[in-house]
Amino acid sequence: MRILTYIRQVLDAEESVRVRDQAVDLEGSKLVMDTMDEYGVEEALRLRESGIEAEVIALGVGPARMQDALRTALAMGADRAIHVQTDIALDPIAVSKVVAEIAKEEGVELILSGGQQADWDSHALAAATAERLNWPQATWTSALELKDKTLTGKHDVDEGSETFTLSLPAVITTQQGLNDPRYPTLPNIMKSKKKELKQLTLDQFAITAKLKPLGAEIQVKARLKKILDGKDAPAAASQLVQLLRNEARVIA
Amino acid sequence: MILIVVEHSNGKVSKSTYEMITAARESGREGPVTALVLGSSVASVASEIALVVDQVLVADKPELTQYDAELWSAAVAQIASEGEAHTVLIGGSRSGREFSPRVAVKLDAPLLEDVISLKDNSGVLIAERYTFLARVTEKVEAQGPVVVATIKPGIFTPAAPGTNAVEQFDADLDLPPRRLQVTGKTAEKTSRIALAEAEVVVAGGRGVGSAEGFTKLVEGLADEIGAAVAATRAIVDSGWRPYSEQVGQTGKTVQPKAYIAIGISGAVQHLSGMNKSKYIVAINKDADAPIFKIADYGIIGDVQQVVPAMIEELRKK
Repeated sequence: MRILTYIRQVLDAEESVRVRDQAVDLEGSKLVMDTMDEYGVEEALRLRESGIEAEVIALGVGPARMQDALRTALAMGADRAIHVQTDIALDPIAVSKVVAEIAKEEGVELILSGGQQADWDSHALAAATAERLNWPQATWTSALELKDKTLTGKHDVDEGSETFTLSLPAVITTQQGLNDPRYPTLPNIMKSKKKELKQLTLDQFAITAKLKPLGAEIQVKARLKKILDGKDAPAAASQLVQLLRNEARVIA
Repeated sequence: MILIVVEHSNGKVSKSTYEMITAARESGREGPVTALVLGSSVASVASEIALVVDQVLVADKPELTQYDAELWSAAVAQIASEGEAHTVLIGGSRSGREFSPRVAVKLDAPLLEDVISLKDNSGVLIAERYTFLARVTEKVEAQGPVVVATIKPGIFTPAAPGTNAVEQFDADLDLPPRRLQVTGKTAEKTSRIALAEAEVVVAGGRGVGSAEGFTKLVEGLADEIGAAVAATRAIVDSGWRPYSEQVGQTGKTVQPKAYIAIGISGAVQHLSGMNKSKYIVAINKDADAPIFKIADYGIIGDVQQVVPAMIEELRKK
């Protein structure tokens, strides 16, 4: 079977965000594979290593630099990668059309994608892709097993969590807790350079983005920063309680 | 019309639904505000929502007892098409954000996710939303005759119910089979106030030292001031606290009047779930902890000393 792991390249969580000309400026910032997507790559590799005959394909849609993230997926152990190149920032509903078409073309039976995107804070890609393929979905999965084309797992819902079963084909969103993504080792990084990274362009897909970005700004709330020295704990505690009671008026 | 998918639990309309009604009425979009109630034994929900909208559609069916993304999206898309809705509003809950993309694809509509503002501008819908782990506010425009939007909870003022109930209509639905089979459930239970609705939240991170430390310091302080309890991902992963208390990128988003962070260093993933709180209070022994950069009040000190002293101080009154 073929497993498609959708990956994205985002700003490293440790980097600060900058906005220039009404848009987020990533120039010169450290970019990495979205950590939420790393769980998907890892899970695909684990399924393959568990003895299931599987080919793991990493897919990325984005500008030329996207290839770095795809190389990371290959170095982790993905068998091959597909890069759909575009400089347009597409919304997830538009991107889902690309993912669905490639999944169909490649005969994919399982798609893994991160639960929330670290740049657009979106949850939409996986569900939109599932809808386009008329597949079921399970989101925010924290445990997953595959046996005879049936997935069993655990995922988070509004109030708590559920265990589930689901037949392939299906779309799964991944999150922290599902597994512990591996680091690419040096031999695997070397090997990955020889792996196939197929290049496609967005023109091959009839995509119309219906969302248009109008602007971005960083709204920093001015914080009071009244930080007390706690060496004398009772005195500092007393002072803090007074501030919360009489100045902020948040406790009785 | 503007179609609102009613969020409800235990026979009552959720606060998020009243917030969606305000978002609908203030958007400047025309047409009646129509509530769609999906579930089974939801008569009380339908009667309650009938006091605050222009029309109510009810699908009260045993098949709808348990939420499912495919059933919900099929129902909403069908009603939106038949009623020629130009705007479909869905809650920004985990489930809402999970089934709304399917609705958008079915309707060939754009999706505005987790919006904090919504305004019509000559037929085009303009929204603001947080991005980059809630560090950036972006403005986006949705084009097309139909737009689907999820509304971030806790942003819009809940609409006040009137005294006249509008008529309810039964919705006739063509539902697909359920493909995701739920085999077990772990429900969240807390004797305290719900995290999303609390005015004050006391949260604990690794700095509390142990599960016992969390109980003593975080729950101890929360009970003293009538606050809700929250935890970081690290604490939940350690098994010290249930997932239901987790705040951050993979947990809940809260914006209380005061968020008291005990032994939390302030990883960006955690901050994205609480950085819109009115006041942030931090207690941590590390003066360089990132949490202090966004704190209004704080103490650099040992939580094991400071927090019991705070509890004692509160009891004095």
